Amino acid sequence: MNWLRLACATALGFYLAVAPGLSFAVDDPSEMLPDPKAEARAEAIGAQLRCLVCQNESIEDSSAGLARDLRRVVREHVAKGENSQQIMDWMVSRYGNFIRLRPAFSFGTVLLWGMPVLAVLLGTGAAVLFYRRRASQPPPAPLTPEEEARLASLTARAPQDKGSADEHPADTGPADRDPTGKGENV
Amino acid sequence: MTTPDTTTRRRLLMALPLAGAGAVGVAFWKMLSGMEQGSFNPHDIHAPALNRPVPDFTTPDLAPGKGFGTADLRGLTQPIVLNFFASWCIPCLAEMPILMTLKEQIPLWGIAYKDKPEDAAGFLRHSGNPFSRLGLDQDGRVGIEWGISGVPETFLIGPGGVIRWHSAAPLGEDTIRDTLIPLARTLKTP
Repeated sequence: MNWLRLACATALGFYLAVAPGLSFAVDDPSEMLPDPKAEARAEAIGAQLRCLVCQNESIEDSSAGLARDLRRVVREHVAKGENSQQIMDWMVSRYGNFIRLRPAFSFGTVLLWGMPVLAVLLGTGAAVLFYRRRASQPPPAPLTPEEEARLASLTARAPQDKGSADEHPADTGPADRDPTGKGENV
Repeated sequence: MTTPDTTTRRRLLMALPLAGAGAVGVAFWKMLSGMEQGSFNPHDIHAPALNRPVPDFTTPDLAPGKGFGTADLRGLTQPIVLNFFASWCIPCLAEMPILMTLKEQIPLWGIAYKDKPEDAAGFLRHSGNPFSRLGLDQDGRVGIEWGISGVPETFLIGPGGVIRWHSAAPLGEDTIRDTLIPLARTLKTP
């Protein structure tokens, strides 16, 4: 079955290499503008417009009838020399903000756009607070004589009581490892 | 060293992710139940047309009706219902009996969207013609001006040619009784 796997891998590799070029393919080459620069601009605008029939595809990717009509509209506007902003506004005034695949920055989308920055700031703040508090904590108090005696009796017993010593290797570690967990055994 | 205070704080911190996951779960549950009841529809395209004047357009006549355009709608003194339909659209065919009863209550104007004139005329001969004015939008450009994404779509046009209500789904008896007709009544100028 190795040859089958190889064939699949080759096909996938070929697809991945070629697909990005194919994704902006119009159904009918006659739709394309004769000027390659204008056509590239129309494709860039179309890639930002949602096809309202198949809602997660851009009009450049979709084969729906409405997408084809909207592609033609975009190309007419590009041929007239309108800029991207004008064409976007034309579309939004008819179909609303939903037609934008990339939501516009506005009062309603501040949280959406600001979320990554907000998350990094909150995370950094929390981390700084956590480490600063930990650094300012006083070192744990030295063991009292009773604790010393108890520790000595525990460590002396450990070699005979093999099972429990192996089960809890962390208990024999340095005493200052977990200063807050110490009192629970007393 | 472990005071009850720090223990409580630790337990609270441990509960934080759990509470977060719970909140997300409740949000999803609300969303899904809203989709089931129909109060929330993520696919709904909110036409920005609401309470705006009708767009610029004209449609040629579609026999047996007379075509119309922006000026005709701006000149309205009473509300009308504008319905986009097509002979190739099965939901439109299913909607026709409801439109035939609706025409008794409010004038209906129709635009055949991306349709051949002979096909649209045949469709209306077969299913009955509820429309008092009929236009043809053969290449779909009028539909784009109105921001429709398919057929059937229905608009309620108030006096002066202002879009007062929009539905991107076939009309149902409930919608007509509970929403469309009460709204149209408020638009009727005394």
